[in-house]
Amino acid sequence: MSKMLNLKLKIWRQDGPKDSGAFLEIDAPGIPEDASFLEMLDVVNERLIEDDVEPVTFAHDCREGICGTCGVMINGQAHGPERATATCQLHMRKFNDGDEIVIEPWKAQSFPVLKDLMVDRRAFDRIVEAGGYISAPTGTVPEANEILVPKEVAETSMDAAACIGCGACVAACPNSAAQLFTSAKLAHLNVLPQGQPERWKRTESMVETMEDFFGACTNHGECHEACPKEVPLDFIAMMNRDYVKSKTKNRSLTSQ
Amino acid sequence: MVTLDAKIPDGPIAEKWDNHKFSVKLVNPANKRKFDVIVVGTGLAGASAAASLAELGYNVKVFTYHDSPRRAHSIAAQGGINAAKNYRNDGDSVHRLFYDTVKGGDYRSREANVHRLAQVSVDIIDQCAAQGVPFAREYGGLLANRSFGGAQVSRTFYARGQTGQQLLIGAYQALAAQIAAGKVTLYNRSDVLDVVKKDGEAVGIVTRDMLTGEVSAHSGHAVVLATGGYGNVYYLSTNAMMCNVSASWRAHRKGALFANPCYTQIHPTCIPAADEFQSKLTLMSESLRNDGRIWVPRDMDEGRSADQIPEDERYYYLEEKYPSFGNLVPRDVASRNAKTVVDEGRGVGDLKNGVYLDFAAAIARDGVEAVKERYGNLFDMYERITGEDPYTVPMRIYPATHYTMGGLWVDYNLMTTVPGLYALGEANFSDHGANRLGASALMQGLADGYFVLPYTIGDYLAPKLGDSAVPTDDPVFTEAVQSNNDRTRQWTSKTGGTHGVEHYHRELGKIVWEYCGMARNEAGLQKALSEIPALREEFRKNVKVLGSPDGINTMLEKVNRVDDFMEFAELKVRDALHRRESCGGHFREESQTPEGEALRDDENFAYVGAWEWNGEDAEPTMHKEELTFENVALTQRSYK
Repeated sequence: MSKMLNLKLKIWRQDGPKDSGAFLEIDAPGIPEDASFLEMLDVVNERLIEDDVEPVTFAHDCREGICGTCGVMINGQAHGPERATATCQLHMRKFNDGDEIVIEPWKAQSFPVLKDLMVDRRAFDRIVEAGGYISAPTGTVPEANEILVPKEVAETSMDAAACIGCGACVAACPNSAAQLFTSAKLAHLNVLPQGQPERWKRTESMVETMEDFFGACTNHGECHEACPKEVPLDFIAMMNRDYVKSKTKNRSLTSQ
Repeated sequence: MVTLDAKIPDGPIAEKWDNHKFSVKLVNPANKRKFDVIVVGTGLAGASAAASLAELGYNVKVFTYHDSPRRAHSIAAQGGINAAKNYRNDGDSVHRLFYDTVKGGDYRSREANVHRLAQVSVDIIDQCAAQGVPFAREYGGLLANRSFGGAQVSRTFYARGQTGQQLLIGAYQALAAQIAAGKVTLYNRSDVLDVVKKDGEAVGIVTRDMLTGEVSAHSGHAVVLATGGYGNVYYLSTNAMMCNVSASWRAHRKGALFANPCYTQIHPTCIPAADEFQSKLTLMSESLRNDGRIWVPRDMDEGRSADQIPEDERYYYLEEKYPSFGNLVPRDVASRNAKTVVDEGRGVGDLKNGVYLDFAAAIARDGVEAVKERYGNLFDMYERITGEDPYTVPMRIYPATHYTMGGLWVDYNLMTTVPGLYALGEANFSDHGANRLGASALMQGLADGYFVLPYTIGDYLAPKLGDSAVPTDDPVFTEAVQSNNDRTRQWTSKTGGTHGVEHYHRELGKIVWEYCGMARNEAGLQKALSEIPALREEFRKNVKVLGSPDGINTMLEKVNRVDDFMEFAELKVRDALHRRESCGGHFREESQTPEGEALRDDENFAYVGAWEWNGEDAEPTMHKEELTFENVALTQRSYK
């Protein structure tokens, strides 16, 4: 049988955005090391229910590291200690018997706490709605192979498109900046030939929407360290360059 | 009295869709804005439908229980999406994709729907490429392809191991553009509790706001359900945690027939459960079977580690039983054989609940680097989950529920037996018969949403021009809100309960997996039919749901879903019991060839079984849609 861990947990509990919140300190004995981090929370919750205590609310869904729903601060680190791993894919064998684990929600003003460990990330959707798409109404498009996309370009686009929108980048950033997310969304489309017609409009609009919600980037790189998909920092440089260009290119066609 | 009219257009198979597109009624561009369409679900089918309908000019209200539409479980599909592009010059065609899909479905799907699916498959790739989906490319910039099970041509398009995510982001971005344009209103964190009918037609839905707990009504001229499959009836599956049957089930209770609920696809290569707290199972791409050898120890009391077991004491059961296909037999055959050896007591791992998938031979033959190049990502994922290094220790795998072919019965227009109520994607039953081929789920979801519903919905709406949507203060809505409010609030008002909702879901899953999983028989199914209602009764009496209904309460969200699974499971078992043949993902032990293969009974079971709800205390009625095969000859599959 798998080894059992006895843990001491400090879990953030908060009733709603306006509640001040506090830590729940609770022992979690007998946690199998093969359990995932979220399964450990499941066990804690089932025990709370047996004791007539309302279970801890946390966001989760696919538990395969791809939907981007889950994510908590584990001992101060977004998604915890394992590199390139979302919370749901982190397993308890990365911890030791007797460890104290502090579990908190993403900490960022633009991601208000809804309840306990669950936050509101709708600001990300607002950024995408500001231009994170290629206008190609259904059925109006050319044959797929008519537009060639060099392999290297497709790979770079894919590196950016791998972003799962979990928000760890914002949570890890001392400024709560969303540059890594926004630049990944931009680079996915901006490097592709199909993305060129709307490139400058898209860039200006998405960057400015981002600035409405999030803090400023001061190049710490914590976002990349926390990213479960290891989205490269280069995309931020590309976004900054495109944003400056967009200021002239969007002024008039002759400036292009 | 329900009559099943599939509305299959006349004419030769290759002309049916074109003929149909010309014969359906149209809503003129300026009039589309006078119609409100409700779309439930934002996976591939829902997001593509909502975006496409909005582009046409309809007012769309889209509902998801996620915080963002981009998180629907289509996102987890790894392998790829099929299309009959014939880019590899290897003899592919619309007809071949059609043929492969009907055959792969073990001749239990509707020919006309499958042919249309194959036809529009080529348009899907064009659409997605234009949206910026970063498909894999050749060095010259052309699209790359790979081959997949059940086909002899290379027609699968892919984006690394994240094809589902990339296609969903494409559809989500198209949806985001329409949200920004004001043509789509997004209701996120909204749980759909019920479908509302007036004068026999679908006129709206009832939802619960998952942040405030408020139960409210939403009205439209048509309602589209794109709410996925029912795999979580097994508790453990590769589905996401929130996947549920509730929207389909509530529609069923309102008169939508539920077709073939016994059809479930069990995927052979998943990571076995590690302990009793296991919450879901993770699929490993079946491409691993190209190089991995599957075996178990011959000795049931084997205590040695894999590397200590000599060659002649290993049982390579697939290679022995199926010399020509070996480890590459289809999904259902591989799954059943794994179950057989584990049931015999030959399972491996601490819980003896898996079989080995061993790469030692491939590593010795091709080298570690070559294996890493092919499967590196998958090996890393396996290591992350199990803590074992598959380069040195054989992987342990076991089958798990993956996809459900059954669903709401729909006609050729994708409309259910309730007028104005449509079902798309995995939520309907139409295209995969009794078994789905790899890389065809993404194709079907997007076909329904991008290229079928936008054409067919006009046929229903056109005659309604000038009718306003039923107002939400109409008694049909106020009564539905009241009853759903009562239903939801009953759970938190109970006292003295024993176990939480998770416990009952797990117990239900055990019954359904044991008696209606990979292999089914009369006695087991009868047993399940008596155990499920008993569990349901205990659940309804004793389930403990804490907290308030007025606010975020994830247990309360789940209890309604498990309540629906408790009813659905019984129908599923009933369907499996009545279908005394084996076909595709449905294996009845009484119906097998002397070699132990699935044996169809075309004479008696070449039909769709569509069930009608008759109330909680009454048995459902089954209606048959006979399947006729004019373009594909029925044959017996053999993989020896």
